[in-house]
Amino acid sequence: MLRVIDLACARGGVPVLESVAFTLAPGEALVLRGPNGIGKTTLLRTVAGLQVPLAGRIEAKPDRIAYAAHADGIKATLSVAENLGFWAAVHGQSDIGPAVAAMNLSALVNRPAANLSAGQKRRLGLARLMVTGRPVWVLDEPTVSLDLASVALFGRAVAAHLAGGGSALIATHIDLGIEARVLDLTPFRARPPGQGGIATAFDGGFGDDAAGAFL
Amino acid sequence: MIALLIRDLKLAFRSGGGFGLGLAFFLLVAVLVPLGVGPQGGTLARIAPGILWIGALLACLLSLDRIFALDFEDGTLEILIPSPLPLEGAVAVKALAHWLTTGLPLAVAAPVLAVLLHLPASGLPWLVASLAIGTPALSMIGAFGAALTVGVKRGGLLLSLLVLPLYVPSLIFGAEVVRRGAEGMAVGTPLAFLAAITLGSAASLPFAAAAALRMSLRQG
Repeated sequence: MLRVIDLACARGGVPVLESVAFTLAPGEALVLRGPNGIGKTTLLRTVAGLQVPLAGRIEAKPDRIAYAAHADGIKATLSVAENLGFWAAVHGQSDIGPAVAAMNLSALVNRPAANLSAGQKRRLGLARLMVTGRPVWVLDEPTVSLDLASVALFGRAVAAHLAGGGSALIATHIDLGIEARVLDLTPFRARPPGQGGIATAFDGGFGDDAAGAFL
Repeated sequence: MIALLIRDLKLAFRSGGGFGLGLAFFLLVAVLVPLGVGPQGGTLARIAPGILWIGALLACLLSLDRIFALDFEDGTLEILIPSPLPLEGAVAVKALAHWLTTGLPLAVAAPVLAVLLHLPASGLPWLVASLAIGTPALSMIGAFGAALTVGVKRGGLLLSLLVLPLYVPSLIFGAEVVRRGAEGMAVGTPLAFLAAITLGSAASLPFAAAAALRMSLRQG
């Protein structure tokens, strides 16, 4: 469903990860871990097609990936139903009922999104994944600002998605209560160009002694 | 596509959406110029085509940065790029929504305001026609500029500097249509040029703007 081969990616022109490789089969979830700044978000953005890899390949049909990041694309002046309905229409779906029910938003459907709490907005953002009808969920810290009950709710939604033959690639620090393989990104940290890492356009310009260049 | 158009129109009309901003600005220009220039009908009539077109152009410019900036800030653009909607189409639709909420109301309101500027009655139909044909280019070129500057905080100044030179041909031919119409001369040539600018930008700029958006969103 998703195969990543020898992938290297950069943020702001600086390589952050290299030689990342994993596969994701239907019904499978992969949790990405690693310290802040290791490149989890960069990897997810690359997989979602928002930026180009420095090296390596991503084998997945681009029309199978649903991406959810820190910002949920929620319009404050539209109601919950209007927000969800828009994304459903973009993806050629029409029924937002199951997504509303799964994320416990039934009582809020007619409320303008401006009046939602941070956790409720997050639930709305996650409900969007369900109306895309896409099998591969690429999630960046999906549980930010969710309370424990909502995390459990979301865990069940991911489990149902996996049981339905979908798969998920999740960067998170907490336990979602689902069966998932864990990939620690620490060993994939990009090496400096001098030690065999990938040279970028930047490196030629400043020479190898980046530390001394401005002294 | 239609869903995006409807959503953008809804957002524009609801509170804080910015609909009416351009129109109000246009109104202010048309009301203030006679006060500033003085009541001589001859002078006003002579400068009316230019003033009306400059007013329309600046009114368009006023709301350009909203085309993508809001969608960029709340993450909508990042979600739209992997979505089944072609980004080129999304750009074209957003430019269309901008025109429907800015350019079209200007074209409709212009004849009323033209009276304040003593524009001869023979020029009124051509004023509406030139604005209706010319302002879509302003929205499309503006969408391109907005796409280029979307990642720039407070990019409004940069956007204006980028876009204003590209607006000049529309301004020249648009005002010329009105001037010739008011004086009873043939308007075919400038009108054809105006239409060509609109069609050319509608055909090519969605691709340029989509490419610019992809670049702006790439953090690598």
